[in-house]
Amino acid sequence: MRYAMAVDTKKCVGCSDCVVACQTENNVPIGYCRDWIVEVTDGTYPQLETEIRSERCNHCINAPCVRCCPTGASHFADGGIVLVKANKCIGCGACIASCPYDARYPHPDGYVDKCTFCIHRLEKGLNPACAEVCPTKCIYFGDLEDPNSPVSLILKKRKYKTLIPEAGTRPQLFFLI
Amino acid sequence: MNEELIISGRNNHLIDPHLNIWHWQIPLYLFLGGMAAGILVFAALYFIRGKENEYRTAVRIAPFLTPFLLVIGLFALFLDLRHKLYFWQLYTTIKLQSPMSWGAWVLMLVTPISFIWCALHITDIFPGWRWKYSWLNYLDTFFNRYKKQLAWVMLISGIILGIYTGILLSAFNARPLWNTSILGPLFLASGLSAGAATTLILSKNPAERKRFAQIDLVVIGIELFLIVHMFMGFLASTQVQIEAANLFLGGPYTMSFWIFVVILGLLLPAVLEIMELKRFHIPAILPAVLVIFGSLMLRFIIVYAGQISRWLY
Repeated sequence: MRYAMAVDTKKCVGCSDCVVACQTENNVPIGYCRDWIVEVTDGTYPQLETEIRSERCNHCINAPCVRCCPTGASHFADGGIVLVKANKCIGCGACIASCPYDARYPHPDGYVDKCTFCIHRLEKGLNPACAEVCPTKCIYFGDLEDPNSPVSLILKKRKYKTLIPEAGTRPQLFFLI
Repeated sequence: MNEELIISGRNNHLIDPHLNIWHWQIPLYLFLGGMAAGILVFAALYFIRGKENEYRTAVRIAPFLTPFLLVIGLFALFLDLRHKLYFWQLYTTIKLQSPMSWGAWVLMLVTPISFIWCALHITDIFPGWRWKYSWLNYLDTFFNRYKKQLAWVMLISGIILGIYTGILLSAFNARPLWNTSILGPLFLASGLSAGAATTLILSKNPAERKRFAQIDLVVIGIELFLIVHMFMGFLASTQVQIEAANLFLGGPYTMSFWIFVVILGLLLPAVLEIMELKRFHIPAILPAVLVIFGSLMLRFIIVYAGQISRWLY
C-alpha cells in the first residue's frame, strides 16, 4: 500500500476550505496549520499566469525528517504515511529543520506536529478531511498500488509535477498541471 | 523579466516567514562542545606522545574546564528541547542516520571521560586532595593503570565530537547553507583552535605558549582554506547554494561574517601571533581571546544564516 494525494491546480480556487477542515478535524492549535494555500504568479504584465496549490506534508519516500529524527519519533506508518509519536518526540527541531517543504511545526504542547493524511479517517474507510470538503473536488486521494484508486486513475490521465524533486525526497504529493 | 509573487496562507510560529526554530542554545552548545573537544584532543595527544610534563597545562590543567563546558553545553541543549520531559528518549535508540542521535551518544561517552581525566589530575589543582572512600581510590588506581588506553578513547571521541558539531548541520539538505560536508572539518578546526587558545591563556610556560601559538596559527590557516573552499563549492553548485553563499557575499550576514569571523576571529589573531613569534611584545591573551570569540561567532552566524537559506519553489 502506498498512499498518495494529487491536487488539481487547474481546479483549485484557493478558497482555504481544506485548511479550515483540517484545523477542525485535527484540533490544530489556533494560529497553526497542517495544510496551506500557495499562489504563484509568474510572467510580466499583461502575460501573467497564476497557479494555486493546496500544500501539505509530501509524505516523502526518502523523508529527511524520518532520517534526522534522533529518537525514532518520526516514522513511517502503513502506506508510507509519515507520522510523529508525540510521546517519543523530544522537540529538538531536527525534523523541522530537515524538511525542505517546511511542513512541520512545533505544537504548543512541545512535540512536533504535521499532516497525518487523516490516518484516523483512513482507518474507517473515509477520505482525508481536506479531500472530503473540497468544493471543486480538486483533491484526489488513494493507494498508488491500486490501479483503480482515484489518485492512480487521475495520474494516468493527467500531466503532473512534484515540488522540489531535486531535493531527493521522492514526494508523494502530486500537482496536476 | 519575470515577476514572481507568492502568497502563502501559512503563518506557523517559528517556521514563517523563514525558519527560526533554533536560537542561541544550539550555537552556544556547538561552540562549547567544539572547544571542549579541542582541549581534550590536545590533552590526549600530548599525553600519548609522552609530553605530559613539557606541556603540563595542556595535559593536566586545561581539561579541568571541559566538564564545565560540556555540562553547560548539555544544559543549553536541554533548554532547546520543547518536549523536555521526554529527553531520555534520546537514549532509548541509536539511529546511525541521525547525527543528533549518535552525537548524543558520543556526548554520553565524552562527558564521563572528561570527569575521569580531571579526577586523575585533581592533585594538580588541589595539592592536598585525598579521595574519601576506598572505592574512589580503587577507581583512581584502575584508570591510572589504563590511562594510555583512556587517552586514546579520549582522542578519538574528542575528534568525533568536534566533527559532529558540524555534521549535525550538514545533514540537513533542506538548508542549502548547512548542506556542505565541509562544515564538519571547519567546525573541528574551529574547535581545535579554540581549545589551543584556551591552553595558551592558561599556560605560564613560555615553551608551551610558543607551541600553542604555532598550533593556533596552523589551524587558523586551515580554517581560512576551508572557508575559501566552502565558498568555491557553493558558487560552483546549484542556484540554492549560490544564494546561500550570497548571504555572506552582499546579503544580510556579509558584515558580521567577514568582520567578526574572518577579520577579528582569524586574520587579526594570526597577524598578532606571527608578530609575537617574531618577538614583538603582544599581550598573548589578546589573539587567544579573539580566536575564541571568532569561533563563537562562526557557530552563531552559520546557525542563524542557515535557517534563512532555503530551496526556492
